[in-house]
Amino acid sequence: MASAPTYTPIATITASGSTTSVTFSSIPQTYTDLVIAGAFYETSSSNTSLQFNGDTGSNYSSTTILGNGSSASSARVSNFPCIFWDRQGNATGYGTGVAHIMNYTNTTTYKTALLRYGYAGTWVEADVGSWHNTSAITSITVGVVSGSGNLASGSTYTLYGILAA
Amino acid sequence: MILPGIFASQMSGHLGGNFTSIATVTLSSTQSSITFSAIPNTYTDLEIRTLGRTVYAANSNSNVSIFYNGDTTATNYYSHYLYGTGSAAGAAANNSALYSFQTPDDSVTTNVFGAAISVVKDYANPNKNTTLRSLSGYDGNGSGIIAFTSTGWTNTTPVNSLTITAQDGSWKAGTTISLYGVK
Repeated sequence: MASAPTYTPIATITASGSTTSVTFSSIPQTYTDLVIAGAFYETSSSNTSLQFNGDTGSNYSSTTILGNGSSASSARVSNFPCIFWDRQGNATGYGTGVAHIMNYTNTTTYKTALLRYGYAGTWVEADVGSWHNTSAITSITVGVVSGSGNLASGSTYTLYGILAA
Repeated sequence: MILPGIFASQMSGHLGGNFTSIATVTLSSTQSSITFSAIPNTYTDLEIRTLGRTVYAANSNSNVSIFYNGDTTATNYYSHYLYGTGSAAGAAANNSALYSFQTPDDSVTTNVFGAAISVVKDYANPNKNTTLRSLSGYDGNGSGIIAFTSTGWTNTTPVNSLTITAQDGSWKAGTTISLYGVK
């Protein structure tokens, strides 16, 4: 079997001031999967979400499972303008999360992302999202795109590329 | 203060030379199962990253089994899972069928492929039953599932092959499964 080290940092963005979103652009098309690791929250109890290639239309959907310390629940949005990463909304303090965007350069399937986020004081969630488009992903916007408020200043996101054999 | 360790604990593996691509299979035609054999025993964990779909067309969700070393006897494995359907959360267990992760079948919206990230812990250790965890799911814009799964193999033999089988029908062309080693 062939083997080669991978999991390469591509870029890090830290939000500052009153910023609703940050964007990773000109993403290299040379990896298999993308991973974004983040420590973030919002200035109001809104949601941090993902959009791809600047598409702000209702072309996304996502399914969530969430536990709040006393119960578990699940919810879905369809024909929605983004994929939830932080569906519950967190205006309290830094939570951490990771988003996996699978096979982002292929041009035959809709794009699927697996995401996790948690804020230890309140809840933990996992999400799966779909972008209903077969285009290769060249940019990713992370931000408050389905509600009010901003990313908390200091929120940090690092993009990694994973290359399969 | 943001601690790098917090990031690392949320991620699949570790950076640089500690996360190594071993092999990838991309199907050009339908196939009932995908096998990675002769897996090196030089890593600590194995990670399997799947983007897939099956050709079955009746259930929406297909259960997927990850068998070790050719042992396809389901009762040699056990699994627990926590899942969300978009309207309710549930939990279940099974020791007569191996549910390692979930993938969509051909009744789901065209072009939707499901994602799964599965980690086999300490796979070369001859003193532990082999344990796997997965996060998997798909969203078909009105259907879908998100699931956490833990499975165990009642065997301490080091893992040297993985067979990934969709329980409802075969894998669809375009399915891609990649195997990584994590140190």
